[in-house]
Amino acid sequence: MRAEQISVFLENKAGRLAEVTAILAEANVNIRALALADTSDFGVLRLIVNDNATAVAALKNQGFTVGKTDVVAVEVEDKPGGLHRILDILHQAGINVEYMYAFVTQSGNNAIMIFRFESIDEAVKLLEANNVKVINGSEVYTL
Amino acid sequence: MILDIGFETMPREDLEAIILRRLKATLERIYANVPFYRKQFEENNITPDDIQSLEDLKRIPFTTKEDLRDNYPFGMFSVPMNNVVRIHASSGTTGQPTVVGYTARDVSTWADLMARSLAAGGATREDIIHNAYGYGLFTGGLGIHYGAEKLGASVIPVSGGNTKRQIVIMKDFGPTILTATPSYALHLSEIADDMGVSFENLKFKYGIFGAEPWSENMREDIEQKLQLTAVDIYGLSEVIGPGVAIECYEAKKGLHIFEDHFIPEIIDPPTGDVLPYGETGELVFTTITKEAFPVIRYRTRDITSLNPEPCKCGRTHVRMNRVSGRTDDMLIIRGVNVFPSQIESVLMEMDDVEPHYQLVVDREDKLDTLTVKVEVGERIFSDEVKHLQDLERKIAKNIKDYLGVSAKVLLAEPKSIARSEGKAVRVIDNRKI
Repeated sequence: MRAEQISVFLENKAGRLAEVTAILAEANVNIRALALADTSDFGVLRLIVNDNATAVAALKNQGFTVGKTDVVAVEVEDKPGGLHRILDILHQAGINVEYMYAFVTQSGNNAIMIFRFESIDEAVKLLEANNVKVINGSEVYTL
Repeated sequence: MILDIGFETMPREDLEAIILRRLKATLERIYANVPFYRKQFEENNITPDDIQSLEDLKRIPFTTKEDLRDNYPFGMFSVPMNNVVRIHASSGTTGQPTVVGYTARDVSTWADLMARSLAAGGATREDIIHNAYGYGLFTGGLGIHYGAEKLGASVIPVSGGNTKRQIVIMKDFGPTILTATPSYALHLSEIADDMGVSFENLKFKYGIFGAEPWSENMREDIEQKLQLTAVDIYGLSEVIGPGVAIECYEAKKGLHIFEDHFIPEIIDPPTGDVLPYGETGELVFTTITKEAFPVIRYRTRDITSLNPEPCKCGRTHVRMNRVSGRTDDMLIIRGVNVFPSQIESVLMEMDDVEPHYQLVVDREDKLDTLTVKVEVGERIFSDEVKHLQDLERKIAKNIKDYLGVSAKVLLAEPKSIARSEGKAVRVIDNRKI
């Protein structure tokens, strides 16, 4: 039930993000979801793409430091309180969300959120027990 | 292997007698032939006859890099130019280059010492030596080259640069000994990685690295990445070039100085007082066999200490410890002495941190600031910003604990810090003093 996210280390310099997107475009990789966390000096770009192997190879080849992390893609009802319900389930169970971001496309009528947990198996089990739909990794890349 | 058993393992008493005899002969010659030295002696009211013991050496004034520059290009030569068969020069990055000359006998002496050095570092006549030191005015390439030939090994004069081709040569020719600067050795391993070549499949057994300061941690890193035994070599063109001192692979603990050719002293840089064995200060050399370009009490600006303990390899020549910095590399930041090599040690002691760093010194509102840029490799990268910030804080704390100076740590992308093919650029000092 895990999806693989790639992350890229970026210095806070003008045009750096555009270089990453250019490399991915060149390699014919489609970005499915993206989030940038930054400090005044550096940033970490997190990406869900349609072809991890190609993306990682292309970025490494251009000298970027690239990491891979397992994340969870969760369907969220696209209505007031949809996200809150999920966060509440996690909070009640004492499961910490390291970070999260939204997916570009929808799954049916639902929004999709990417969650990064420290204890991923526990989180997935909990969500499924509460009838929250966790999307398969292979599905996520091609949604 | 000890190449010259007679000289390299000579009992101290016999060795010191030879050193004194050679010193006196050198002083006679420079007094007669080099106006600079004659003037130095006269100004201090001494003549070569006043030097009757090795203790007396300290009565002679020092020779500095500035003295050599003042006598640019050939003013310090002790023989007529028609006896000079070779000229080398330092790069002159910090001013006018320093020019040195060699007679035919000097070239032969140098080759002998380099052959000794290569043997001490593990080479034999059966070996193929991949010599990645630069050939040219720099003494590194040709110094190793002549020593390798004298030893009877096969030398590949590949010189510096064109790294991808070097990796191909390593694969195809199967060299067993690598000679390079330590930073270039690491650069080779990175490029080999990029090309999918593993050093495990190459034939290297020993590596002889020098021409820039490096650390014990960097040695471990090189030995692990390049799959060889790494030893330190020391030399400088003003003294002869590489082959002034070499670590033996048996002990890998300090570099034996070839005392039958060079007299080392350690001095306190500000006062010039000679320090006893074991104390750290500036290394000073007097050459006692060179003909074309002898130097008397030449201040190398290298910081180290001398160790007279007997070595398990059997050599009786005193050992100098790893050069820990240079008097002119020393940064004084808010009153604290900082050597780039100390920062390197801090980084290398932290697991997984790459030894690719750069110090940037600025002055803001009359206050010095030190920024340490550290490259983020895959081993320390995290998708979580807080882990990276923790790492920055941890590095800054270790620097503060170890050096007593506050530094701002800046994580940088891989290969964003200038990686020269020869010597690494470790310090950028933007202060206008």
